[in-house]
Amino acid sequence: MPALLTRMPALLVSKRRFHLDLTAVGFLLLIAVLVFLVANPIIRMVVESLTGADGSISLERYAQAFGRSRYVQALWTTLYLGMTATAFSLILALPMAWGVSRTNMPFRGFFNLSVLAAFIMPPFLGAIAWILLAGPNAGWLNRVWMDVFGGESGPFNLFSFWGLAMVIALYAFPLVYIFTKSALDLISTELEDAAFIHGAGRLDTLRRVTLPLVLPAICGAAILVFLESIALYGTPVLIAIPARINVATTQIATFFEFPLRVEVAAAYAMPMLATTVVLLVVQRLLLSRKGYVSVSGKGGERRPLDIGPWKWLLAAYCGLIAAITVVVPLVTLLQTAFSRAWGRGLSLDNLTLDNFKAILFEQATVRDAIINTMVYAGSAAMACVVIGVAVAYVTQRRLLPFPGVIQFLALAPFAVPGIVLAVAFYAAYAGPPFSLYGSGLLIIIAFVTRFLPISATAATAAVRSLNPELEEAVRIIGGSRYTALSRVVVPLLSKTLFGSFILVFIIATRELSTAVFLTGPNSRVMSVLILDLSEQGSYEELAAIGVVMLVVTTAVVALGMKFVGRDFMTRR
Amino acid sequence: MSKLVLEGLVKRYGGTAVVKDLDLALHEGEFVSLLGPSGCGKTTTLRMIAGFMDPTEGSIRMNGELLSSASGSTPPEKRGMSMIFQSYAIWPNMTVGENVGFGLAVRRQPKAEVRKRVAEILEIVQLGHLIDRYPAELSGGQQQRVALARAIVVRPQVLLLDEPLSNLDANLREDMRNEIRRLHDEFGMTTVYVTHDQSEAMAISDRIAVINEGRLEQIDSPWALYNRPRTRFVAEFIGRTNLVEGVLQDSHIQCEGFSITADAFEANGKRAGSPVAVSIRPQALQLHAEQPLHDRSATPVVIRRRTYLGEHWDYVVSPLSSSTELRASAPPAAAFEQGGRAWMSMNRDGIAVLP
Repeated sequence: MPALLTRMPALLVSKRRFHLDLTAVGFLLLIAVLVFLVANPIIRMVVESLTGADGSISLERYAQAFGRSRYVQALWTTLYLGMTATAFSLILALPMAWGVSRTNMPFRGFFNLSVLAAFIMPPFLGAIAWILLAGPNAGWLNRVWMDVFGGESGPFNLFSFWGLAMVIALYAFPLVYIFTKSALDLISTELEDAAFIHGAGRLDTLRRVTLPLVLPAICGAAILVFLESIALYGTPVLIAIPARINVATTQIATFFEFPLRVEVAAAYAMPMLATTVVLLVVQRLLLSRKGYVSVSGKGGERRPLDIGPWKWLLAAYCGLIAAITVVVPLVTLLQTAFSRAWGRGLSLDNLTLDNFKAILFEQATVRDAIINTMVYAGSAAMACVVIGVAVAYVTQRRLLPFPGVIQFLALAPFAVPGIVLAVAFYAAYAGPPFSLYGSGLLIIIAFVTRFLPISATAATAAVRSLNPELEEAVRIIGGSRYTALSRVVVPLLSKTLFGSFILVFIIATRELSTAVFLTGPNSRVMSVLILDLSEQGSYEELAAIGVVMLVVTTAVVALGMKFVGRDFMTRR
Repeated sequence: MSKLVLEGLVKRYGGTAVVKDLDLALHEGEFVSLLGPSGCGKTTTLRMIAGFMDPTEGSIRMNGELLSSASGSTPPEKRGMSMIFQSYAIWPNMTVGENVGFGLAVRRQPKAEVRKRVAEILEIVQLGHLIDRYPAELSGGQQQRVALARAIVVRPQVLLLDEPLSNLDANLREDMRNEIRRLHDEFGMTTVYVTHDQSEAMAISDRIAVINEGRLEQIDSPWALYNRPRTRFVAEFIGRTNLVEGVLQDSHIQCEGFSITADAFEANGKRAGSPVAVSIRPQALQLHAEQPLHDRSATPVVIRRRTYLGEHWDYVVSPLSSSTELRASAPPAAAFEQGGRAWMSMNRDGIAVLP
């Protein structure tokens, strides 16, 4: 960093001899912004974790964080949970991805759409729906079971390790599906035909040709699902706490209860941070292996593989997945949102709009939270797009020395789990001199940091696809770099930028783990509010908020599909 | 006074020099091509002239004013030049009219004036009817014309072209080549044209600068480059040639199996008795069925191979007592059987002693 900063003035001076490039000043600003958003919080968190009670450098916070067997046990539980959820995700995603991409299974379009719906569904809403469905005794599935088979209790108990892992997998598996399907979509049928002509059966071909070709993509996606599972906060709060299971994220949350121990939380977050960084490096190596060049998108036609009567079995399996991830939970949420009491089931006298009236017009907290969510997500998405495009442009056009450092700073937050980022932002900006705790600004900048990698990656790909000659043509004919940016680059990127705005907006509206320690009484967002309300057990209003959230999200997604393209969320 | 002067130009990336000590001076209104194989540094040189890159050493001056040096450069937009790119770089978000008018608009010309000049130049490149189209609706040749119009309408001090024809198909290429030269002659712009295609460079240029591995090999008129190459590289790179070794004598060059008479070459300051390399163009060799009466120095040869190419014959011949193989180009009427005999005489043009 110091080297970077000392070289900067030299750059300005050498240009000044003929002409001061004002944009260079703007790009210096960019470095400052990135340091503020990314480097400082993470450094502050590490520093806090190494600071003892008396202010000296010490490892006593680590001793406190890992000194109790209950705390350490939570880390192991998290590890098992991550692996189990990943395994479930693979079981859900792989047959479906293969079926949709390669075979003549019926209803492929519907199944593809159902995965997209599961992808959009905030995990904590899914968890709430599943509490209503498979909670012990009162859950719908248990009551149906008792009605049919009799008995005192049903067999389903969501409040267990397996229930938790399953619900996590239900909303994490789309990642595996998207990665695998993209890889499968690129394999030419000729590769499989070649296996057939050389005497391999369908199963042999799948096992020895198709699967090995997409294996790197599957492993890469599995790593992402694992990382998402261990970093999840909402679902564990809803399910693990009643089940008396302690995981890393819920443990970190306890350090934020009275007495507040941010330094211990910082120390405790380190294993999660390290795991994430290491696994992302592994994932990158896996996906960049050059041995699998055949996944190149060229080479011949693709036609669906005829799998005979098996297609009905596969379709039934995919139908079951669509039902348990999207259809049944959605119906449950809707039924609850329009009910006076969710347990009384579907009947006319149970139907009401009171829940919506209450949350939208009567309860100021809910209304404020909805407005906050929109404002924060919108501002964060806008800032992400602007900073992302600046980063992409500066690094792709090599306008500043050390483009690698800038790129690294912009992408680094990807390797920081949301809850760890929350700890870092709390450590860096909650107290003086910034004193941002409880303000909306703190949440916005935390969101910007968290989602900057998404917009920066999208913008980088877009800028890379722009021929630099388009900008050089502006310069040589008399336009400044600013003219080139405003008249050519931004107009040409507008579609991509709009797409990443929408993507960040959607993800930000449901972001929970980053917001959870940073919201104050006046800066609550919907996701945090839903979690708070769940403790009171008023599921009807909860479901109504969830429905509002889903309606907004769906509308925005539809907008994105219309203006950017159907696959804008799942493009790889 | 020269319009554009490149002096001792060097460009290094890390340790490797891409352009090495290049000197070049263009007169006002001259059309000069930078010709060389890919990776020879010609595009790097053009980009330094445009101001997209700073030279590591040396300078670039226009009208005597320093534009580029190692310590800093005038940015491209302040040079009053314009450029045509390999990809044409037509902005896809603007119409043809907006593309062409862009340079005038950033020069803050009044709107009416911009409209008038855009209309004029589009008529000149025969695109007047396409003014409101978007580039995606145009063919490659039309896009090229838009690029030309856009570059010329601002009346640039210097027009730069970076392999502008390499993305066009063959027959369109010749049309566009003529178009570029016509516009050059009409507007009289000093022009630098980068290409790796020697026939293109020969057809379009006043002078050609042949560049190899970052060095200027020779700058000359197309005729001189072809007939009087001064380096081995130029002799081989421009057209086809026979490169033969020989020993310079008082009255001729003695090669293996044949000799070249003194009136067919300039000795280039070499002394008698020293070994020399000679470039003999296939067109400089003439084949006769009988020994020519007026030329006693003609050599009897065997026809080794022949290829009929429609416009001419391509023969490979060897002097009777030698294994030296020479390529000779002959008109369609001059047919000789493979394995038969002929007499070979030489033209003065097309024979050059290499230094």
